Amino acid sequence: MKTIAGLLYSNDHEWIKVEDGKAYIGITDYAQHALGEIVYVELPDVDSEFKAGDVFGVTESVKAASDSYLPVSGKVLEVNEELSDSPQLINEDPYGSWMVLIELSDETELEQLMNERQYQEFCGKEE
Amino acid sequence: MAELRKTALFPAHEKYKGKVVDYAGWALPVQFEGIVAEHEAVRNAAGLFDVSHMGEVEIKGAQAGEYVQNLVTNDVSVLNDNQILYTFMCYPHGGIVDDLLVYKFTNNHYFLVINAGNVEKDYKWMKDNVGTYDIEMRNLSDDVSELALQGPKAQEILQGLTDTDLSEIGFFYCKRDVNIAGANCLISRTGYTGEDGFEIYLDHKDAEAVWDKIMEAGQEKGIKAAGLGARDTLRFEATLPLYGNELGEDITPLEAGFGMFVKLNKANFIGKEALQKQKEEGLKRKIVGFEMEENGIPRHGYDVLSNGTMIGFVTTGYFSPTLKINIGLAMVDIAYAELGTPLEIQIRKKALKAKVVSKKFYSKNYKK
Repeated sequence: MKTIAGLLYSNDHEWIKVEDGKAYIGITDYAQHALGEIVYVELPDVDSEFKAGDVFGVTESVKAASDSYLPVSGKVLEVNEELSDSPQLINEDPYGSWMVLIELSDETELEQLMNERQYQEFCGKEE
Repeated sequence: MAELRKTALFPAHEKYKGKVVDYAGWALPVQFEGIVAEHEAVRNAAGLFDVSHMGEVEIKGAQAGEYVQNLVTNDVSVLNDNQILYTFMCYPHGGIVDDLLVYKFTNNHYFLVINAGNVEKDYKWMKDNVGTYDIEMRNLSDDVSELALQGPKAQEILQGLTDTDLSEIGFFYCKRDVNIAGANCLISRTGYTGEDGFEIYLDHKDAEAVWDKIMEAGQEKGIKAAGLGARDTLRFEATLPLYGNELGEDITPLEAGFGMFVKLNKANFIGKEALQKQKEEGLKRKIVGFEMEENGIPRHGYDVLSNGTMIGFVTTGYFSPTLKINIGLAMVDIAYAELGTPLEIQIRKKALKAKVVSKKFYSKNYKK
């Protein structure tokens, strides 16, 4: 399982990359592997607002649809349209395939997330 | 949760790195390498499935044929020895107890293959309907392993492991006491994928060795170990129904679109009166095929709408691995069953556009 230093991670296997009050969010390598071949990604509308823990999107494999949870509160600034045509990019490069870019509404929420080492330990226990 | 039952091939699932899930109380692999890769292997070369969870019931006796004829909707009287038919068992009200294969070995010896999730219910139903028929019945479900070798290269692969000339076994025929890699097997040219192939019934003690031999023999021909995930996408593309999706206690075979397996012209059988009546009065709903016109994957249980009014439900839906489009089967009110009818499928918060299309998503490649 691949992880990347410098990213934050959630219990629901999303990764968060913070840049100047904004955050790119996607699903981790662990998550894409558990899902299998991804054939469809549903993304939210730009400007929609979510609270931490809300479902912001859906990732679907051949077998099933799986909700993606926003780990922190915020407003959607951009969605990665490329995933609509090429959902398999998440399998190929999960950390290069961000799903949404949000404006963080409460940066203190970031403190609840895991760093790389903590996330590796967390996944170790889930095995 | 109760402990999951394991088939004799459980060690093989681990060896081939299957992702094991709970299916009808059984620990079975949903996939090995991946659903799409396994699906494509079956369409283009071959796939090997463990289907040991399926149930088997043997019926013997002077009146075995008459008993089965009363039990099922299709006409058993036309079968030759070693011929097989697909049929339903129905309740008196016309709903489906189960769908099954009937193997006729001889006039007084039949072998019925039923769904794993229905074994107890089916066996009780069969016993409750013995009446005065002079038969003996045995539930062999716990005693038999079953493999399904499916795909255009199935025969070529299996032929390398047996002296029996497989080309002599026609579609929906079987042969008993076939020696496959040293094991005594019942084999039939049947399956649940829309491709040519064989189903192989054998003792638990031989199952793993035969699995390994087939995988070895098929290696150069592109065989893959295949799981329940691909089994479902394959059967769906070929419009083969699944009990619990297209079939159920409150769905009749006519509504499901399988009237060709209901012979209303034969003498009495359980459910005949209700099905006759339904046919005369006309169907109020039926299963149709549909294709999504907006981007979204339809799934089992989603609502089907027309201009915002609920008119049915999705029985099975997928991103089709072969056709690369989002398609499904749905039970809809009869007014919406014509080809081309616009529908909406409720996918989470959105009602997305779809239209009724032919259910023949994929043309079956059976050997004639």
